[in-house]
Amino acid sequence: MQIELYINEKKVQAEIRPNMMLLEFLRSRGIRSVKQGCDTGSCGLCTVWVDEKPVLSCGMPAARVQGRHVTTLEGVQEEAEEFSRFLAQEGADQCGYCSPGLIMNVLALKRELPHPTAEQVKEYLAGNLCRCTGYQSQYRALEKYFELEGGN
Amino acid sequence: MEENRFVGKGIVKKDADALLSGKPVYADDLAPEHCLIVKLLRSPHAHALIKEIKTDIAKKVPGIEAIYTYKDVPRGRFTKAGQTFPEPSPDDRQILDDRVRYVGDPVAIVAGEDELCVDRALKMIKVTYEVLEPLLDFTKSKDNPIIIHPEDNFVAKEGNGTDASRNLCASQSRGEGDVDKVLSECDYVVEEVYHTKAVNQAMMEPFTAFASKDIYGRIKITSSTQIPFHVRRIVARALNISKSRVRVVKPRIGGGFGAKQTAVCEIYPAFVSYMTGKPSKIVYTREDCFVDGSPRHEMQMSVRIGADKEGRIRAIDLHTLSNTGAFGEHGPTTVDLTGTKSISLYRNLDAFRFSSEVVYTNVLSAGAYRGYGATQGLFAVESAVNELAHKMNLDPTILREKNIVKEGDHLANYYGQSTESCALDVCMEKVKEMIGWEEKYPYVKTGPHTVRAVGMALSMQGSGIEHCDVGSVQIKLNDDGFYTLMVGCSDMGTGCDTVLSQMAADGLGCEYDNIIVRGVDTDQSPYDSGSYASSTTYVTGQAVVRACEKMKQRICEEAAALMNLSAKEVEFDGWLISEKENPDNFMKLDDLVTRLQAGSGSIIAVTQSYSGEVSPPPFMAGAAEVEIDLQTGKITPIDYVAVVDCGTVINSNLARVQTEGGIVQGIGMALYEDIQYTPEGKLRNRNFINYKIPTRLDMGQVRVDFASSYEKTGPYGAKSIGEVVINTPSPAIADAVYNGTGLRFRTLPITSEKVFVGLQEKKGNEE
Amino acid sequence: MYTVKNYVLAGSLEQAAELRQKSKNNVIIGGNLWLKMGHRTIQNAIDLSRLELNQIEEEENGFRIGCMVTLRDLETHRGLANYFGDIFQEAVRHIVGVQFRNEATVGGSIFPRFGFSDVLTVFLACGSEVELYRGGRVALADFINMPLDNDILTHMYVPKEGRKICYESFRQTETDFPVLTCAVIKKQDGFETVLGARPKQALLVSEVSLSCPEKREERERYARQVAEKAEFGSNMRGSAQYRAALAKVLIQRGLERLMEEATCR
Repeated sequence: MQIELYINEKKVQAEIRPNMMLLEFLRSRGIRSVKQGCDTGSCGLCTVWVDEKPVLSCGMPAARVQGRHVTTLEGVQEEAEEFSRFLAQEGADQCGYCSPGLIMNVLALKRELPHPTAEQVKEYLAGNLCRCTGYQSQYRALEKYFELEGGN
Repeated sequence: MEENRFVGKGIVKKDADALLSGKPVYADDLAPEHCLIVKLLRSPHAHALIKEIKTDIAKKVPGIEAIYTYKDVPRGRFTKAGQTFPEPSPDDRQILDDRVRYVGDPVAIVAGEDELCVDRALKMIKVTYEVLEPLLDFTKSKDNPIIIHPEDNFVAKEGNGTDASRNLCASQSRGEGDVDKVLSECDYVVEEVYHTKAVNQAMMEPFTAFASKDIYGRIKITSSTQIPFHVRRIVARALNISKSRVRVVKPRIGGGFGAKQTAVCEIYPAFVSYMTGKPSKIVYTREDCFVDGSPRHEMQMSVRIGADKEGRIRAIDLHTLSNTGAFGEHGPTTVDLTGTKSISLYRNLDAFRFSSEVVYTNVLSAGAYRGYGATQGLFAVESAVNELAHKMNLDPTILREKNIVKEGDHLANYYGQSTESCALDVCMEKVKEMIGWEEKYPYVKTGPHTVRAVGMALSMQGSGIEHCDVGSVQIKLNDDGFYTLMVGCSDMGTGCDTVLSQMAADGLGCEYDNIIVRGVDTDQSPYDSGSYASSTTYVTGQAVVRACEKMKQRICEEAAALMNLSAKEVEFDGWLISEKENPDNFMKLDDLVTRLQAGSGSIIAVTQSYSGEVSPPPFMAGAAEVEIDLQTGKITPIDYVAVVDCGTVINSNLARVQTEGGIVQGIGMALYEDIQYTPEGKLRNRNFINYKIPTRLDMGQVRVDFASSYEKTGPYGAKSIGEVVINTPSPAIADAVYNGTGLRFRTLPITSEKVFVGLQEKKGNEE
Repeated sequence: MYTVKNYVLAGSLEQAAELRQKSKNNVIIGGNLWLKMGHRTIQNAIDLSRLELNQIEEEENGFRIGCMVTLRDLETHRGLANYFGDIFQEAVRHIVGVQFRNEATVGGSIFPRFGFSDVLTVFLACGSEVELYRGGRVALADFINMPLDNDILTHMYVPKEGRKICYESFRQTETDFPVLTCAVIKKQDGFETVLGARPKQALLVSEVSLSCPEKREERERYARQVAEKAEFGSNMRGSAQYRAALAKVLIQRGLERLMEEATCR
C-alpha cells in the first residue's frame, strides 16, 4: 500500500507491505541509526519520535503514521550534540548500539520535563536497556546534562 | 620518567562521534541492499535423527534461491570455538547434521531474495524425525547410555581427557600435596556443593554476518565477531577450502562479552555465498540469540576447604562438573579457570586439588562469557571461604586478610607463575571503607520487616593466555607525520582501539589525533588471536609498545642517513630528529616523510607481534549492600562498591565503565537471570520479557575505585580488566543475603521466592 | 509477526464494527505491541487511531476514557490523579518504559483480558464499566468473564464514587510482568480487594468484611480471608503458594497505607 509521511521534516511517499513496522521502513530508507535489539518491544533501541512523542518503532505500524511527523537521530543532530558530548566524555559510548535510542529518549525527556529530578530521569529512561555500561556512566552524563543535584 | 600525556587519562573514544551520531557502522548497516536473506530451520526436538527431509515444495516458493540440508554440506567435523589452532575444543560440529542435539539445532539453511519468501519456505520444509530420548540432566550425563556424539568422525584433541563414548568433552585432575590428609587435620572444614546456571550474554547487537564472493572467487565475510582471524580459519575448514580463499572484515560491534568468540552464524551465509556466488546475509533475532547462542557453561562445583584454629586456610579441594551442552566449544578451557582463578587467590596452601569433568547434554552448546569459568569457580570458592569464616566466627574480611596472596607470592594453581604486581590487600581495605563494613556488618535493621546487609568477595582473572595469545600491530608513518595503527584485535565496544592509540601516541611522542586506527581486515591487518581472555590491553598493548620503539628507531635511522650521521648520533622527541651533540641540526618528521616519499629511502612501516610469557592476574574486591524484605523475600541492591587492581589504568574513563558494566552483569547473574528449560529440553526464556537483564532501576548505586600495582611485563605497567570485573557480585550478594537472613544459597540466581521459602522454613524450625 | 492483507485506517466506528462482524480475521490494532509478537493471519487490520478515541473526558460523575488513550496518557492525566491519587501512575509505571506506554492503549490492554495485566487490575478496582459498540455499558467485573467476541471496546467509564484505593504489586525486576497485583479499596460501605496476575486475571473479592481496620489482627484476618477466596497458580515467575503468601502481605500493606491516607509511593 502507498503511504505518505514526514521523516525528519522531509515528505516521503513510499510503497509498503501492510504489516511493515516503522523500524523496518526507516532502515529500508537508509535511516540506520534506528536499531533492532529484540523482538518484544523490551529494549528501547528502536526509539524514534512520532509527532514528538518517543515510541518504539518496532511496534509502530508504518501505515499508522501516515501524515505524521517521524523524527530520528539523523534529524536532531544539533540538538543531540550537547548530551552526546557528555556521554563521550564519560566513555559511556561503549558499543554504541543502545546510544541512538537512548539519546532520542533523553531529548524527549528534556522536552517533556526540562528540569526533572534524578528519580524522574531514571524512570523515564527505564525502557532503554544497556548491557555494556551498567548505566552508571550514562547517569553521570545525565547528571551533567540535566544539572541534577547530588549524587546517585 | 616523563609524564604520559595520554596513558592514564580519560581520553574520548576514537569512534565516539560515529557511534553517538548514529552512523551506519555495524554489520547490518553495511550489508548490501540486495542480498539473499538466510534463515535456518531449527529442530523442535532436543534429540532426534532426521529420517527424511523434503525441500522440493519449499524450493518452489518464488524468490527462493537455495535450500540446503545435511546432504548438501561437506562432511568432516570442525569446532566453532574461537581459539588458537589447534583448538582445544573437540571437532564435533558439521555445518548441518542428520542428528539434532538440542531444540533449535539447525536442520536446513534457506536463502531467498527477501524475508517474506524465506519465512514461507521455512514452513514448507517437511522433516520426519526419529525422536530420541534427550539427555538433559548434566549430573547424569557421564556414562549415560544416551550418547550425544556417537559419530565416527568426531575428533578429540589430545591432552583434554575427551571421551565421547562416555559423554566426556574433557576431564583432568591435578594438585599438590595430600589434600585429603590436610583436610582431615584441619580444625574447621566446609564441604559444600554450588551450582550456577547457563547465563546469556544478551549483548545488544544480535549475531550478524554477511558474505559475498569477490571477483577472485574468494569468500569475503563481514561479521560482528570478536575473532576475525579464527572465523577465517573456521569457515575455510568448514567449507574445505584454503584459508587464503577467505577474508573476514570486522565492522563496529554492538557488544560481545564472549558470545562472539564462537563463530555462531558466519558459516551459514558463507556457505550460501560459496554455493550460489551471490551475496547473502544472516541476522539472528533476539530469540535466535537465546535459542542458538553460546551462553555461559552451567556448572556444579564441589568445594572442600579447611583452616586451622589460627585462621590459616590450609587446603582447597575443588571438583567442577561443567555442562557444555550439545557441542564442546570452550568446554575444556572454561572449566580450567574455575580452579586457576579461585584457588590461586590464597597463599601458602599445604595442599590443593582441582579436578574437573565437562559433559555433553542435549541443550544449547555453551561458549565463552566474560569470566570464562572464573565467574562460576569464584562463586563457589568465595562462598566457601565466606562459609568457612562464619563457621569460625570470623569476619570474612579478617579471614581473607590472613590468607590472600601478596605481591611476590607463588600462585597455587596457576601453572607455576607468581604475582609480581598485587594490590589485593589495598583493594579489600578500600572496599571495606567505601561500603562502611564495620558499621554495617553483618546487618542493620531498617524497618519493621526490612534489613540491610553486606557481603563481600574477591576476584582475579588473567591477562591474555601465556605462550598462546598473539597480539600484533603494524604502524605506518604517513605524510604530515601522522601514523596509521593497524591492529588485529577486535574492539567490540570496549575501546581497545582507543586504549592502544593512547599507548601509541605516548610511545611515539605525538598527538592522540595523529594516530589513525584501522579496523580489522584479515587481508591487511596483522594476525591477532582476537578479543578474549582479557588480552587486548596487555598482549596487543605490548605489541604496540614494542612497535613504537621499533618505529622510533627506524625514524632515527632514516633521518640520520639523510643528515649524514649515524643513528646513534641522533635523537627523536616525537617531532624533531636532532643531532645529540648539536641540537640546531635537526629534521622535522614531516620533512623526513616527504624526502623518503621522493625516493631517498624506504617508507617506514613496522610490524610487531607479542605473546606473553606470563598471564599476570588483575585483582578485585567487591562488596554488596542489599535490602531484604523479610515478608516477601525481595532482595533490593542498594549499593555495590569495588576496587580494582588492573596495574596501570590506561584510560580512566573506560576502565571505570568496564568495571561498572561487569558488576551490573554480575548482579544480573546473581539475582535476575534465570534460564529455565521445559522437561522436553525447550528453552523457556526466549526474549527479554522472560529473561530479565538489569534495567537501570534494578541495581542501586555502583561505586568503583582503583588501587594500582605496577606490572613490569605489561605495557606501561598495565594488566587486564575486561573479565575480572564480573566475578564478585554473585558470592558477595550471596553472603550479604546470609548475613541478613541466616539463609545460605548455593545456587543461582537467588530469587525472592527462594528467600521467602527459606525464611518460612526457618520460622517453622524455630517455632 | 502477523501477516495482513489490508491495513484499514477506519473512517468510522461503524466501518470498524462492520469489518469485525464479517470475520474474526478482521482484527482491531490497539497498541500493536502484543499483537506483533504473534503470528495471526489477519485479513483486515483495523486501525482506530483517526476516530478521536484518544481522549480522557472528565464528567461530573466519572471519567470517560477512549480505547485509544495510551497508558502514558493515563499515567500523566491530572484529572485522574487529582481524583484517584496516583493509582493509575502506580499501576502502569512498571510497564516496560515510556516509549512502550506511548503506544500501548487502554482498549488493547483491557479487551484481551490478559492475566498479567496491571491495567485490568486498576480499572477493576475503580468499579469501572466497559463501553462496547454493540453491547453498551457492561460492568468490567462481568466483562472479564465474558468470552472474547467481535464487539468493539470503545471506551472505559470510571465512576466518581469517593473510593480510596491503594495499588500494590510485586515483581522480580522493576519492569517485569507482575508476580501479583493487588488493589485495596475503601468504599463508603466497606472494603474490597482486587487480586490480579494470579497468574489468572484480576478478580474482585468483595464478600469479606472489615469493620475495624485500625486493629492489626483484623487486617491480618481480612487479608487471610480474601486470599483464601482467590485461586492462585504457578508459572515461570512464581509458585501458587508464593502468590498466596504475597497476597496476604500486599493486602495488609495496602490497608496500612489506606489507614495512613498515604499515597502508594
